[in-house]
Amino acid sequence: MPLSDIETTALSEKARAIRMTVIEMLAEAGSGHTAGPLGMADIFATLYFRTLVHDSTNPDWEGRDRLLLSNGHITPVRYAAMAHAGYFPVEECLTLRKFGSRLQGHPERTKLPGLETTSGPLGSGVSQAAGIALALAMDGKKNHVYCLMSDGELQEGNTWEGLMFAGKHHLPNLTAVIDRNNIQIDGTTEEVMPLEPLADKFRAFNWHVIEVNGNDIPHVVSAFDEAKTITEKPTMIIAHTTPGKGVPEIENDYRWHGKAPSKEEAKRFLAALAT
Amino acid sequence: MLNNSLSFSEKVFAEDITKKPTRDGFGTGTVAAGKADERVVVLSADLKESTRAEWFEKEFPKRFIEVGVAEQNMATLAAGMAAAGKIPFITSYAAFSPGRNYEQIRTTIALNNVPVKVMGMHAGVSVGPDGATHQMLEDVGMMRMMPNMVVLVPADAEEAHKAVVAAATYDGPVYIRFGRSTTPVFTTSATPFTIGKALTLWESEKPQVALIAAGPLAYEALLAAKQLAAEGIGSIVLNLGTVKPLDEETVLAAATKAGKVIVIEEHQAAGGAGGAVAELLAQKVPMPMRFAALHNTFGQSGDPQELLAHYGLTAAGIISLAHSFI
Repeated sequence: MPLSDIETTALSEKARAIRMTVIEMLAEAGSGHTAGPLGMADIFATLYFRTLVHDSTNPDWEGRDRLLLSNGHITPVRYAAMAHAGYFPVEECLTLRKFGSRLQGHPERTKLPGLETTSGPLGSGVSQAAGIALALAMDGKKNHVYCLMSDGELQEGNTWEGLMFAGKHHLPNLTAVIDRNNIQIDGTTEEVMPLEPLADKFRAFNWHVIEVNGNDIPHVVSAFDEAKTITEKPTMIIAHTTPGKGVPEIENDYRWHGKAPSKEEAKRFLAALAT
Repeated sequence: MLNNSLSFSEKVFAEDITKKPTRDGFGTGTVAAGKADERVVVLSADLKESTRAEWFEKEFPKRFIEVGVAEQNMATLAAGMAAAGKIPFITSYAAFSPGRNYEQIRTTIALNNVPVKVMGMHAGVSVGPDGATHQMLEDVGMMRMMPNMVVLVPADAEEAHKAVVAAATYDGPVYIRFGRSTTPVFTTSATPFTIGKALTLWESEKPQVALIAAGPLAYEALLAAKQLAAEGIGSIVLNLGTVKPLDEETVLAAATKAGKVIVIEEHQAAGGAGGAVAELLAQKVPMPMRFAALHNTFGQSGDPQELLAHYGLTAAGIISLAHSFI
């Protein structure tokens, strides 16, 4: 069902709150990734506040959908979304990357309830998601598995091994999302190691492909809804996102892939996000 | 003297002792584990005949998953399946798994602490003619260093069967090392096996050396002990079915009685069972040690027996090392 204006506004406000928390936690941590988490905030807001079947008060609930973050380095946005969704207090976000924190620099399943895997080293998420999807299907369970991935990690061979396996097994309970923001640490993806034609590659691996503006919440919602209707193969959503979205001075600047704002920069960024 | 409380094969020192590869114990062990627990699944990377994974496939075709030539995918798929409640055994040659997929095992299995069982076949120089590329000699070291990982090195097909069954019920990651060649089955179904326990196979009244072995070379150590006894040289022989967690009590007791230790394994001298024993003795009872192992060298093509003899890994090689050491 299409999103109403009221629902769209509500999700947009959640995304704004998530972005502001991301900036606060990164500035407090003094290190971490900024561009990716801002770019993916709309998708995280959509997942945690609309699409996912989950219960923040019972993270291990058997009936939950599984959300995997393959590119673990954008975990600040996941932590922020989880906090706003009630998994833990928002104030705990300020412990990111600090000694003794449950919010490790890269996410660890055994540290924080609500995480499905441990990730950071790239290219292994879609295989794990396929493993979970296959195991659930073997047991006749209906839970859906979501795997968020970066575009840069498509350069890892393990990714394509996993895509090939999911295609072979026609796993309709698996939806992956590529954060297609075109940047990676050493430059743009097409300079470093070209990925296009990306949609054709996924189709050739027997995936259903949807392309969407990943910062347009009604379209993101429609893409997730469409994925649930595909019954004969896994779905790949190529989400074109703007890295650094919401902070115009850093949008589309690859140099913000892997660094955190200073306290001064954070003040400016938060002001930009508030307007 | 042979420790007869261990219910050895009646043919333990007979010429016609039954021989099987330890990988056969994987085949029978997973079938037994699969019958006992329907959560057990087996993943294969295009080597199901030689790994014996097809023995499981025949019994449980719906719980057998073929991933193709993709060991990194196999490890990460299994991590996902374990997260969803399965007990996956992943199978390939040790040179490829954990050789190629070390990082996936480290991050998604060991750090993630899910009960995936990594089965490394065709370890050691006794792979034979395939040569150095396929003769894994660093796996025990790699896996032993990994937190949360249990490391088992069964001595014969019987012990391999028990190790697989025990791994299925152990709630955490396990690595088990297997060999390609047929080797003597000197234990029986009545011989005890517990994760974390070493077996004292032989103990002389006045031991001058402890022969501590991991894997099928434990049988060579036993033959060496018998010959040394005939020469009037006493020894203790330990079988380290578990390299990690090390049975410190049994190792320390044997080393203290003998005063000298030789560790025997088809592995690099660096980092394997030898390293584990050396780390313990250096802290508790420092003493002279020798290593019957490969010393900073890769293997090569050849007949398995020829290769074992070349690298000093037969009873004769162990005896020769003992003579020069005592």
